[in-house]
Amino acid sequence: MAAVHTGSIATTPTTARRHSLQRRGPPALRGWITLDPLFRKVCAAFGLSIVSLLGFVVYELLRGSSASLARFGASFVFDRIWDPVAEKFGAATFVYGTAVTSVIALLIAVPLGIGIAIFLVEMAPRAVREVAGFLVELLAAIPSIVYGLWGLFVLAPIVRDGLAPVLRTTLGFLPLFTGPSYGLGMLTAGLILAVMVLPFIAAVSRDVLSAVPQMQREGSLALGATKWETIWHVVLPYGRAGISGAVILALGRALGETMAVTMVIGNSPQIVASLFAPGYTMSSVIANEYSEASGQLYLSSLTELGLLLFVVTFAVNGVARLLIWRMSRGAEGSRA
Amino acid sequence: MLSTLGFRTTAVLALAFAFAACNKSSPTPSDTQASSSAATQASGGNITINGAGSSFVYPLLSRWSADYQKVSPTVQINYQSVGSGAGIRQVIAHTVQFGATDGPMTDDQLKEAGAPVLHIPLVMGAIVPTYNLPELPHAIRFTSDALTHIFLGDVKTWNDPKIASANPDLKLPSTPVVVVHRSDGSGSTYIWADYLAKVSPEWKTKVGVATSLNWPVGIGGKGNEGVAGTVRQTPGAIGYVELTYALQNKLPLGEIKNAAGSFIAPTIESVTAAAAGALATLPDDLRYSITNSPGDKAWPASGTTWAIVYQNMPAGPERKSLVSFLRWTLQDGQKACAPLSYAPLPAELVEKAAAKLDLLEPAKK
Repeated sequence: MAAVHTGSIATTPTTARRHSLQRRGPPALRGWITLDPLFRKVCAAFGLSIVSLLGFVVYELLRGSSASLARFGASFVFDRIWDPVAEKFGAATFVYGTAVTSVIALLIAVPLGIGIAIFLVEMAPRAVREVAGFLVELLAAIPSIVYGLWGLFVLAPIVRDGLAPVLRTTLGFLPLFTGPSYGLGMLTAGLILAVMVLPFIAAVSRDVLSAVPQMQREGSLALGATKWETIWHVVLPYGRAGISGAVILALGRALGETMAVTMVIGNSPQIVASLFAPGYTMSSVIANEYSEASGQLYLSSLTELGLLLFVVTFAVNGVARLLIWRMSRGAEGSRA
Repeated sequence: MLSTLGFRTTAVLALAFAFAACNKSSPTPSDTQASSSAATQASGGNITINGAGSSFVYPLLSRWSADYQKVSPTVQINYQSVGSGAGIRQVIAHTVQFGATDGPMTDDQLKEAGAPVLHIPLVMGAIVPTYNLPELPHAIRFTSDALTHIFLGDVKTWNDPKIASANPDLKLPSTPVVVVHRSDGSGSTYIWADYLAKVSPEWKTKVGVATSLNWPVGIGGKGNEGVAGTVRQTPGAIGYVELTYALQNKLPLGEIKNAAGSFIAPTIESVTAAAAGALATLPDDLRYSITNSPGDKAWPASGTTWAIVYQNMPAGPERKSLVSFLRWTLQDGQKACAPLSYAPLPAELVEKAAAKLDLLEPAKK
């Protein structure tokens, strides 16, 4: 790089003179030389590329699913039948499976993740904090196929022989915990997802809680609040927006996770109350069937599932952002 | 100044790379032809043949590709294991020179292809039932009736008379039957369903034949390993896997009563016998199905992997190399089958397949 630079100056003295002339010119021209506006434009282009990429994805999804949209219309979302032989396609079972597994995952991972964050920031000694924090982040680095195989060979038998019988005897009065368990099903998929999204919630929440000013805690303790009261009434509300962000990130991961879920959910398109029963998710069916799908309508229906997943993720994120926005406004209001 | 210039250079370089990458990723047909003929003109230049499709045949094809490199060092065979359906789509889109598929192209697909496509059998495969019932002294024997009703969900326990009647000497438990099937679209599912549809009109109307099905019962595992893993994990489970995978992993396998009325154990020989038994009835275009083959020793759930090639492929070094490669797989290549647990084609079928290649590029006398 340096060679190019000196070379260009040495061989073209006129350019060098022009540069030095412009350097003494008005500020606007000087800006040109330092390439600031160009830099701004390049950055703007990078920023816009996200938007155009998103637009392109939507366009491609719409184009790809046009045959299915025309054939099934709105009934695609509500129809339960997915029959590639008869070319009848409905997405309801997949939407249900995606929603249920994500809800299970969040129900487990949110309290656990925030609990880990509170422990690491507020209670753990420094050595424990760093080692445990590192281990939590390490969970996020494990490939999902490894989670999937672990789920199939380790978690599934535990669910079948350990967890499911216990749940059946204690909570069996709920339709959620009835029927036989083969180990593979929505509960197992939810559990795997919980483990997978846990590091997102724990790590982000930990950073958020670390950023809460020490003054807030000291003030609360000085007023005679206990440690619990300080955490519950001062630290957590202060970090509410950030923690919600962590949960949304986790939800996004849970909605879209494919490989690990495919390995343990049982891949059976049905809507059954029992969480022990096998189910199916939108991303799993796309991953499973796209490569072998034959026929225009079949491919188009799979693409429409992708579109639907996109819409669901988009809607969930939108609603969550709205919630955060209202919450942070509410928090300001209560403080005032 | 140094840093701004550096930035400018980097940006220009990045753009240049981006454009280069764009150009590279979408070669026009004329580009590929020009480049390949240029490669052959420069004497000793390499010819690359691209194929895509069946994942079943992938281990064998990579072995073939490596072995063929020794026979003909200038020809490089690239094969992407993307699935039969995707292979057919890539052939139709002209992005590869040949495809490999576990099920013949349908009439609709041939219509979509726009020009005649040759089907050249490469190797045989079979689908076998595997189950998880420990403590049985020998393999369970299944009649086609028992298998159909297990996979339709009518047979609920292992001591059901439909299973027990063919196994008087086995003490079958009352364990519930758990059906495991492939969740991913697969040629295995196609062959299994094709067999069940041939032996049961009920299966044909209720479920049908395709690479993915609307299963009446059961849980889905991804790939052979997913099905085998689920079966191994679940007491009372029964699933179907490729013979190759089952033999390599020493899974417990069931015997099936074939069309000739004898119980057959799944072996490489019984799969080759299925093709030999069906020879008389093979259609001219070789888009056959050999499930429920009439042969005495035939394994009923047998199938074939075909190479698919456009008959009007333009003449040139690429076509020549592709045909010589395929010809080699039908002769010397077949010897590599058995060590990898694939079943070789019977000799009569090799002749028929070679005759198809003659349509593309006449054999040297």
